[in-house]
Amino acid sequence: MKIGSLTLGRPPRSEAAVSSDPIALTQNRIFIMPSRMGALYCLTLALMLLGSINYNLGLGFVLTFLLGGLGVVGMLHAWRNLAGVSVRPGRSEPVFAGEHARFRFTLHNPTEAPRFAIGMRRGNEHANFTNVPARDDGECFVELIATKRGWLAPGRVEVATSYPIGLFRAWSYVRFDQRTLVYPRPEAGNPPLPPAAATSGAGLSSAAGEDDFAGLRDYRPGDSLHRMAWKAIARREVPVVKEFSGGQGTADLWLDWSACPRDFDVEQRLARLSAWVVSASLQNLRYGIRLPHQTIAPDTGRAHRDLCLRTLALHGVHGS
Amino acid sequence: MIKSKPRAPKSLLESEALTTSRVLALVGCLGLVLAPHALHVPLWITLLAGLTMALRAGFAWRGYGLPGQWILALLAVAAAAGTWLSYGMLFGRDAAVALLILMLCLKLLELRSGRDAIAVVFLAYFAVVTNFLYSQTIPMGLYLLGCVWLITAYLIGMQRQAGPRTAFALLRHSAVLLAQATPVMLVLFFLFPRIQGPLWALPHSSASGITGLSDRMAPGSLSNLSLSDEVAFRVQFRGKAPETPKLYWRGPLMWDFDGRTWTVGEGSMGFRRDVQVAGAPLEYVVTLEPHYMRWMFGLDIPAVRPEDGLMTSDFELLSMRPVRTRLRYEMSSYLTYRVGASETPGILQRALRLPDGFNPRTRALAERLRGEATSSRALVERVLGMFREQPFFYTLAPPELGTHSVDEFLFEARRGFCEHFASSFTFLMRAAGVPARVVTGYQGGVLNPVGGYMIVRQSDAHAWAEVWLPEEGWVRVDPTAAVSPQRIESGVAAAVPAGDPLPLLARSDSAWLLRTRFALDTMTNGWNQWVLGYNHERQLIVMSRLTGHALTWKGVAALLVAGTALVVALLTIFTLRQNRIRPREPVTVLWNALSRKLARRDLARLDTEGPRDYVARLSAALPTHAGELQQIGELYMRLRYESAPAAADMAALKRAVDSLKVDRQGGGA
Repeated sequence: MKIGSLTLGRPPRSEAAVSSDPIALTQNRIFIMPSRMGALYCLTLALMLLGSINYNLGLGFVLTFLLGGLGVVGMLHAWRNLAGVSVRPGRSEPVFAGEHARFRFTLHNPTEAPRFAIGMRRGNEHANFTNVPARDDGECFVELIATKRGWLAPGRVEVATSYPIGLFRAWSYVRFDQRTLVYPRPEAGNPPLPPAAATSGAGLSSAAGEDDFAGLRDYRPGDSLHRMAWKAIARREVPVVKEFSGGQGTADLWLDWSACPRDFDVEQRLARLSAWVVSASLQNLRYGIRLPHQTIAPDTGRAHRDLCLRTLALHGVHGS
Repeated sequence: MIKSKPRAPKSLLESEALTTSRVLALVGCLGLVLAPHALHVPLWITLLAGLTMALRAGFAWRGYGLPGQWILALLAVAAAAGTWLSYGMLFGRDAAVALLILMLCLKLLELRSGRDAIAVVFLAYFAVVTNFLYSQTIPMGLYLLGCVWLITAYLIGMQRQAGPRTAFALLRHSAVLLAQATPVMLVLFFLFPRIQGPLWALPHSSASGITGLSDRMAPGSLSNLSLSDEVAFRVQFRGKAPETPKLYWRGPLMWDFDGRTWTVGEGSMGFRRDVQVAGAPLEYVVTLEPHYMRWMFGLDIPAVRPEDGLMTSDFELLSMRPVRTRLRYEMSSYLTYRVGASETPGILQRALRLPDGFNPRTRALAERLRGEATSSRALVERVLGMFREQPFFYTLAPPELGTHSVDEFLFEARRGFCEHFASSFTFLMRAAGVPARVVTGYQGGVLNPVGGYMIVRQSDAHAWAEVWLPEEGWVRVDPTAAVSPQRIESGVAAAVPAGDPLPLLARSDSAWLLRTRFALDTMTNGWNQWVLGYNHERQLIVMSRLTGHALTWKGVAALLVAGTALVVALLTIFTLRQNRIRPREPVTVLWNALSRKLARRDLARLDTEGPRDYVARLSAALPTHAGELQQIGELYMRLRYESAPAAADMAALKRAVDSLKVDRQGGGA
């Protein structure tokens, strides 16, 4: 237990390696400063001291010094409230551009003292608060508006508290290799879906319907869970899916890059495709997408939708 | 699906939520803090403040909007105008307090955000101090400490944005914080260099309602004072206190008489040569309550001039300034003395002066007595004998007297209090050609057996005479003692008839009541000496005595720094101890010890690893120790997971872990 490491006003140790490992807010990572309210409090105490001197108020001195002590104790408690807590990143859901992306964190308190009102925020944004009971976890999150598609990372996040009396603010920073996927913002105005192409085009198994069982094939990412051949998987220990053929009238819907208006640029096309995927998925259609260098075979289901959107999100993004 | 709430960046951790319950709690706290002011502010302020608070609480309860800015501005101007009308000023002490109360209440009407609430909390702390301007008694101190406790709980509640928020939890937390703040307070209180105030000129406080001796004495003035229980001063004797009949605390001397009222004259400063004293002086310390006059009190002939005080050639003690705060001074007095044997003719002349046209019967009596007496001494004895033998009565409820007050008293009413006796005796003496003057002060005092000091109350106020006799100089004569020796020996209560009004505390009916009273007064005295009267000089004296060195303020400042550092360091250790991780069960401790031991071979247990996996990994990595490790694993799992593990297993596990030897290099590496 180090005592001398109460850090006043010095930035915490460099945020060395960025990883997903929990970060413990050790005493020397925390720094502490009076808040604006703390400055106002000091001013009040100074006035009280002047009054006590001038009118020779013994009890005025008692109260002024008691409140001075309260300030000191409040500082120690704010620091203590944060010290020893460890932060680890939690799961974050993909969002569409324009929405709030939420990054979850788990605060772990290994000590015997419950922690109150620990807030997390990015930059100067609004903070969200949580309590962390003794030897337990608390959940907290930061939100930011996803402005563009691709990967989104929250960057440096501030963990802070001014509990119990709000006169001092103790804080520290954490940074994890945490990111979430941002899907392209669907084009507004619900663009009508392209007509379903009945003929088999360049797509693989484009005619595969849902009526007649045609056999088993290996699982490919994006296949619907409904079509997994569970019995066969149990036997063969490799994932396979059931394929159907035939289909009467329920032709595959191709959401094609080239079906967008000619004057659309890349982002507009992706927005259009994104809107199509959302609406096709809502209508539970069987759809695939065609991008300049990528094709995703028609399918249905949540996983397929997510795969399509992910592909759109990462179109042309390096390091995906 | 797409939300885009515009969010202005807000400063972190400043709560904005101001719920109904928070508003009500704040109004409640403020009401409690301001309540004692109702005792001295004009009624309209009390009513207006109460109304404002009730309105704000009602608004919060019903969820109404608050009044607009211009209404508030109008109200503020009206409040200032009202204060001006009531006090005739805005910045005097009382007026400023009244204004603060009003503005604080108006601030409630524009209480919108959490930040406003915190500002009100700070103002409420300040308002607590303003109460001390009017009362610093122990009960008031406790009451306001309770208020501070509540306000602090409120402040904590404002910070707790998440989680449970029961009033009980907040109050408990507030008590803990204030308890931890107390050591800091004590260090600062005793060591913070005290500056002797005032820093700026004090506006003249009205001394109305302050009881004490005045610079004039008319029939009735002392008997009124005798109805007051208030403490005039307390005396700590070094050594044994003298007998009660010797305790004449001399106050203002009255020289001039206008037929009805005695008034003090100009006292002359300077040393007298014609003083002879005998014996060792009696040493004592007086703690004088503020009485807004300059008198200080001492027994007979002071041997020293009190610090910050003056002594007249008639041995009156005067403070440099009116005594506005409790004053503590060391004194020593000679009780055996001869003074003024060679008094100047001018002063003797003054001590004979009488107004013309008053009290003809008394003058005639004086002429007659003068003719009969052989000496001044005999004359004094003759008059005292008259008081003793004729039907004079000592009473607190004397009849009203007319123009010739002395005549009426001596020949008709014959019922009076000490001022009647002292006044008529002195008049008689002057009329008979014996220089005389009236002395007012206190007589007696009650020894507090609990605290070992003497309490002198306003009800001990007394008046007597001093006459000048050739060869002997100024001699004290107490005519009241001739009429009622009981008054001098046992106090007023024993001397007055049972039906007379008396202050409650002057009656001494039951022993336990008396004892409780003494215990309470001892507490009050300690409070006065150590809390209220702890000032610059006392700080230096106490600290010098504690450290054994004569300290200046620099020394005290050094002590302050050291003391504060020590207390803060201790508090830090104490606070951090709350953050420790409780030592786990012994089996876990041993299991962790194993992991630490193997960490030097990079074989520390992973967080996600169960005992079975860990032992398997270890055995694979350290085949030479596989047997021992398997055994440790078995023991650990038995101890950890069996419902009633054998005690012997624990010892075995400890042995096994202790005896496991893993070199840094190791066999297999």
